[in-house]
Amino acid sequence: MQGSAGLTAYVPLIVMFVLAGGFALFSVTAAPYIGPRRYNRAKLDTYECGIEPSPQPVVGGGRVPVAYYLTAMLFILFDIEMVFLYPFVINIDALGLFGLVEIVLFIGTVAFAYAYVWRRGGLDWT
Amino acid sequence: MGSQSFSDALGVDYGALAPLLIVLGGACVSVLLEAVLPRVRRRSVQLVFSLAVVVVALAAVIIRATSGAGDVVVLAGSLSVDAPGLFLWGTLLALAVPSVLMLADRSVEPGGVFVADPEALAEAQERVGAGSLRSTSSGLPSGTGTDTHGVVGRRGGAGPEPTTPPEMHTEIFPFVLFALGGMLAFSAANDLLTMFVALEVLSLPLYLLCGLARRRRLLSQEAAVKYFLLGAFASAFFLYGVALLYGYAGSVRLADIAASAAGPLRSDALLFAGLALLVVGLMFKASVGPFHTWTPDVYQGAPTPVTAFMAACTKVAAFGAILRVFTVAFGTTALEWRGVLWAVAIASMVIGTVLGITQTDLKRMVAYSSVAHAGFILIGCLAITPAGLSGTLFYLLAYGFTTIAILGLVSLVRSGDGEAGHLSGYAGLAQRSPVVAAALSFCLLALAGVPLTSGFTAKFAVFSAGLADGMAPLVIVGLVCSAIAAFFYLRVIVLMYFSDPAPDGPTVSLPGPMTTVAITLGVAVTLLLGVLPTAALEWAGAGTFLG
Repeated sequence: MQGSAGLTAYVPLIVMFVLAGGFALFSVTAAPYIGPRRYNRAKLDTYECGIEPSPQPVVGGGRVPVAYYLTAMLFILFDIEMVFLYPFVINIDALGLFGLVEIVLFIGTVAFAYAYVWRRGGLDWT
Repeated sequence: MGSQSFSDALGVDYGALAPLLIVLGGACVSVLLEAVLPRVRRRSVQLVFSLAVVVVALAAVIIRATSGAGDVVVLAGSLSVDAPGLFLWGTLLALAVPSVLMLADRSVEPGGVFVADPEALAEAQERVGAGSLRSTSSGLPSGTGTDTHGVVGRRGGAGPEPTTPPEMHTEIFPFVLFALGGMLAFSAANDLLTMFVALEVLSLPLYLLCGLARRRRLLSQEAAVKYFLLGAFASAFFLYGVALLYGYAGSVRLADIAASAAGPLRSDALLFAGLALLVVGLMFKASVGPFHTWTPDVYQGAPTPVTAFMAACTKVAAFGAILRVFTVAFGTTALEWRGVLWAVAIASMVIGTVLGITQTDLKRMVAYSSVAHAGFILIGCLAITPAGLSGTLFYLLAYGFTTIAILGLVSLVRSGDGEAGHLSGYAGLAQRSPVVAAALSFCLLALAGVPLTSGFTAKFAVFSAGLADGMAPLVIVGLVCSAIAAFFYLRVIVLMYFSDPAPDGPTVSLPGPMTTVAITLGVAVTLLLGVLPTAALEWAGAGTFLG
């Protein structure tokens, strides 16, 4: 195998990962000991981009509403669909008409799923 | 490069792929129908559409099989459309017809056997609320998540009009079509990655279908969670096996794995480790012991039509994949790994029969008997000969229809709370309903392998193939286990005919046309394959797998 000679080019990448991870770890663990200690109750609230945190339900043990899960799932699906579009676009000349029809069918299939979610109330935030 | 030659170079053979494209395309259109149809028309349109898709796909398989077109490897070598593959496709689609009929049936369980659609439920609650306000009695029942039976039954006082239970979810139709498409691809997959993707496509809708029962909802959800967790585990084993085999052969195609196994002398550790992990994943799906632990709980908890669909079609698809992997990828090295799989087959037969004796719930008994039958089918798979192939394919066809008939009959025996699963509920059934008892006895005798039923012909074919290939100990264990299993089949028959029914025991509900057609089809095929098996045996033995 001729892999080992080429793999040494990745060593700086691994060093970068270790440095970045170590920096993050150091910041988080050392901050309570190095920084000033000023206790403020607001600092212990949930952080939600600076706005007032949306109220979590008390019943059910404070579970996150399922709408968050639906939104996240839909994002993942369309993100992966976008990822599939990149190789198609790069090779669009070679793939020709057949490829175009196939990719339109693919986007259409995902669009069917989106139509279902839309019409059956999956996009309502309640 | 023109698009014509490109699609030909890829191997897009529409004639060969037609059944798969019809089923998967139908599933996508079914999702669209779910989106655009108004609720009142949804169920009938979806039912007709799903049945039409399955029937057209079955017609396409028959046309392809009788057209004389040769075996082809399509889609850049990922699917193989050959004679045994077409037999498996035909079996899957033929078994799907009674399954869809049973899944959509509303006569046995009012409103349908699945959980109520939320819009229908809200409507029913409004009606109940209006009715009870009008008759000035206690207020609305609380909670939208409670059992629909409670919503309907808790009408205050004398309600003015009889309420029908709310309609069931109609998303089950696309689920069934997607699962069926996955099964078609799983049994035709020519490389391991396609097989893995098809395994997930067939499994995920089944996990969902198992959890959507209207009655005994907690049990159903528990079955779905167990199936999902164990299925994810088994898929992980499968994938690890695929990775090891890729490391060994440099390719995931089944034919390439066989070619590199026949190559120059080198360590076969990766090959057999990969095979072992692959076998774990495949045997889980086929519910072969000792990888069967999900089967009793899932068969018992899932709605009975879903159990019928799973027991029949998943087994056909899984054994189709097992046959293909054993024959095409590992056929040349068979002498080295068959001994280990003898132990798996013996374990499956023994576990299925011994634990089946102790069961008191009929669906769990059917589950353990399916484990035993999986052991018998595995004997046919291990005989990597044309006789073994045709015997196994015939067994899958026969077993599928018998299972659908049995589970359809089981869904008819009901008490006030839904199905009466416990064996004591079947006491004296012959006095309450002779037809149902006779049909159930016939199907149980078919499972036991009594002559004049398809079970006998199937077992004969598989065991003779096993004997011819030098697996006499396995066949002896199989015969002994068949005799032991006959005990718990006959116990039910004796209970039905020679016991007195309990005065407040379960009754047999009259099935609607769809369940009747499904059960009749199952019983008729069981009788037909027992009396005139030669045509089906010839179709099953028509060809061999294409590498």
